Amino acid sequence: MHRYKFVLYRPIQFLPVLFGISVVTFVLVRLIPGDPARVLLGARATPTAIANIRRQYGLDEPMWLQYFYFVKNLLNGEMGKSILYKIDVLKLIMTRIEPTLVLVLASVTLSVLIAVPMAALAARNHGRFADHAVRVISTAGIGFPPFWLGLMLIILFSVNLGLLPVSGYGETLGEKIAHLILPSLTIALSLSTVLTRSLRAAMVEGLRSDVATAARARGMPERVVFWRHVVPNSMVPTINLLAINIGWLIGGTVVIESVFAIPGIGQLLVRAIFSRDYMVVQGVAMILACATVLINLIADIVTVAADPRVKL
Amino acid sequence: MSARALDGRRIGRRWQPGRQPTLMIGAAILTAFVLTALLAPYISPYDPIAQNAEIRLQSPSWAHPFGTDNFGRDVFSRVIWGVRIDLQIAILGVIFPFIIGTLVGTVAGFFGGIVDALFMRLIDIILAFPFLVLVLSIIAILGPGLSSFYIAMALVGWVSYARLIRAQVLVLKNSDYAVAAVSLGFSRSRIMFRHLLPNAIAGSVVFSMSDAVLVLLNGAAISYLGLGVQPPVAEWGIMVAEGQPFITTAWWITLFPGLSIVMLAFGFSMFGDALGDALGVKE
Repeated sequence: MHRYKFVLYRPIQFLPVLFGISVVTFVLVRLIPGDPARVLLGARATPTAIANIRRQYGLDEPMWLQYFYFVKNLLNGEMGKSILYKIDVLKLIMTRIEPTLVLVLASVTLSVLIAVPMAALAARNHGRFADHAVRVISTAGIGFPPFWLGLMLIILFSVNLGLLPVSGYGETLGEKIAHLILPSLTIALSLSTVLTRSLRAAMVEGLRSDVATAARARGMPERVVFWRHVVPNSMVPTINLLAINIGWLIGGTVVIESVFAIPGIGQLLVRAIFSRDYMVVQGVAMILACATVLINLIADIVTVAADPRVKL
Repeated sequence: MSARALDGRRIGRRWQPGRQPTLMIGAAILTAFVLTALLAPYISPYDPIAQNAEIRLQSPSWAHPFGTDNFGRDVFSRVIWGVRIDLQIAILGVIFPFIIGTLVGTVAGFFGGIVDALFMRLIDIILAFPFLVLVLSIIAILGPGLSSFYIAMALVGWVSYARLIRAQVLVLKNSDYAVAAVSLGFSRSRIMFRHLLPNAIAGSVVFSMSDAVLVLLNGAAISYLGLGVQPPVAEWGIMVAEGQPFITTAWWITLFPGLSIVMLAFGFSMFGDALGDALGVKE
């Protein structure tokens, strides 16, 4: 069990990063020109509301004390109120988290389902036509703008074939799944190009490894060598690559939610920027940064669980 | 001058462009886009922002190869003028982070100690934020527009370059020639920028090509969201957004600007791959 000890002390290593995240978001909002109370509450704020927020955030105090108030409010789960929606930012984010979470999970799963067969095809035909074809497709695929790819998929599947809804989210589980297929496919196609390239490299190396040679020497058929020895060994670099790309993935969902009008955190962020709802911008940025840190911790745990040689 | 690997060994054969199809394809695509940007006023058949209500939403024809949009503007001309903006996004969005990151990485790697530790913690914090979310938050504060995008890119994008250069400098500063330069009494800045940096920079130059692809996609995405280039300027991201309400009836408005992004990105990718092979850099 001592291999998992890092799960206990890793969060302590995250403290400076979490401190940094809070400083960055604090500074971001204070950089907006004008009276911070008016910036946070909007032009139509009442004098009582302004007086309240001055007290709650210590806006008349020196900057370092304001930061102290800011952190104190955060620790109480207080992220302020949205100007637009008139409710607590944290509550607002919680109501929007489901579609985003499902979208991210579905995209990751789909991208692995696309990337593994592609990479396997390329690696098992190393240097031959299929390998070059996969390389060209994945190189070109990196340059496909996800927001445009999403629209092209809408034209194909929703407009021409009439199979799937164009946009929105729906109420029932079935509707929600139907509405999330195209957005997750869009993100998965973009993400799988990156995954395929590195998976292919890991598999090519795996086919040349001593493990594979030993398995062949025991008379194991090439197909079994590949799926039982090479593929599992190429999974650890894939998990790491997914962890590295998690920030990119979240950025991708922000855009894709706007393309497909999915009421998630990303769409909330974009709308908040347009309506100058800075409490929401600040809250979303902070939550998504913390989520990234958390996902990296999970990726570390999965890596340790998947590969007995890894020590953290 | 022949390219040399970090350990001094000569890399690559004599430069034979014909033997490197990726280099030829990449260079050809990029050259074509640069020429299009420079010659836009001469090769675009129509004014990219001239509206004409009589020819709204016309499908592609000889007169309008890419069709017309809902304002009757010629999509082909708008795609051509868009090269100017999107190429600028890819170049300026990379250059500022490249310069800042290179300086920070060299200084942090060379001096080490507290300077290094401070920069590394700052990088950890910036990397904790999803890239696009931090860029969007900065744009939220500065207000929508292309200059906000460049400032946001400069503030956030330098971290990758700083990490790449720092890792190289950390290794190189203990190499024989660096130690020799110190014992010859050369100044720190001379050792850093004349001896270490030229040997450390190859990886960053190769990375800048794949970075250009990401910057182009992000810049176009931000314009698509309405937070970058503002109408009526012809830019590919915003053209896709303007065509979205008409995708069921007039697919050509969204198709062609998107394909242009794909082509330009492909040029950068191919050129970067070939450059990586030529300089012996592994990503």
